Amino acid sequence: MDSIISAASVIAAGLSIGLAAIGPGIGQGNAAGQAVEGIARQPEAENKIRGTLLLSLAFMEALTIYGLVVALALLFANPFNV
Amino acid sequence: MYPETFYSNTFTLADVEVGKHFYWNIAGFLVHGQVLIVIWFVLLLLLGFSFLGTKDADRIPTSWQNFMEAAVDFVTDIARDQLGESFYKEWIPFIGTLFLFIFGCNWAGAVIPWKLIQLPEGEFAAPTNDINTTVALALLTSFAYFYAGLSKKGLGYFKRYIQPLPLLLPINILEDFTKPLSLSFRLFGNVLADELTISVLTSLVPLVVPLPIMLLGIFAGSVQALIFSTLAAAYIAEALE
Repeated sequence: MDSIISAASVIAAGLSIGLAAIGPGIGQGNAAGQAVEGIARQPEAENKIRGTLLLSLAFMEALTIYGLVVALALLFANPFNV
Repeated sequence: MYPETFYSNTFTLADVEVGKHFYWNIAGFLVHGQVLIVIWFVLLLLLGFSFLGTKDADRIPTSWQNFMEAAVDFVTDIARDQLGESFYKEWIPFIGTLFLFIFGCNWAGAVIPWKLIQLPEGEFAAPTNDINTTVALALLTSFAYFYAGLSKKGLGYFKRYIQPLPLLLPINILEDFTKPLSLSFRLFGNVLADELTISVLTSLVPLVVPLPIMLLGIFAGSVQALIFSTLAAAYIAEALE
């Protein structure tokens, strides 16, 4: 592989995960905080809250995973690797 | 400090083999043999469990039957929570199969030390860390919700594309493509990310340190199976409503 291409791919892979982790990180923090608040208010609703929380966390996690998939494609299946 | 073989052994155990496959040529198609073998293993395991669970079924369940009834209750609850009392019965087999299969795949990859079995190329791992498996499951889900909608409402099903506004037609059509895309990428990325983290950590510190991440992988594997089946049920419910 051309050294410029590999260098650019590695940097891009790092950036794609790092940037993709910012938004979901904030979102998951918010969601978890609100869930804890909800449980503190109504401990009897804990099971329901936990289910919904896990589901929505997975939705947010998916955004980071998209970044991860891009990074993996760049590292292991680089389309520009001639 | 350590003998040379120590390093070479741990590094072959921790070797990352993404994009290397054990190819089989079947009727002109190249298939990933290592994925198929683990899938068959999982299928046999699930078949064995259900056989043990239903062999001499009793009114008062004992041991295996008890366990299988609890598992079936669990997947029934997933379907009932999303689909509602009136529709959930006919979708239990689909949702339940998705859950049990993905759960089995993830755990088979996380719990069994496949690395000890040498392959000419590629490695045994969770079948769900191959994008082909997850895309197949996601497309099945797509077909399932189209089938659900069309069989319930006929061609009137397509009315939902222009609701609430005809202006939203492109977005509604796009949604049909993003659903399988996000379903498959989520599962694939999560499983592969776990395995990559474990192998990177194992190559750095081979002892004890990767264990918490492995436990996290086991937890994430079950949560991902739950998420996949819950979302599949939610998409089907959306098409039915």
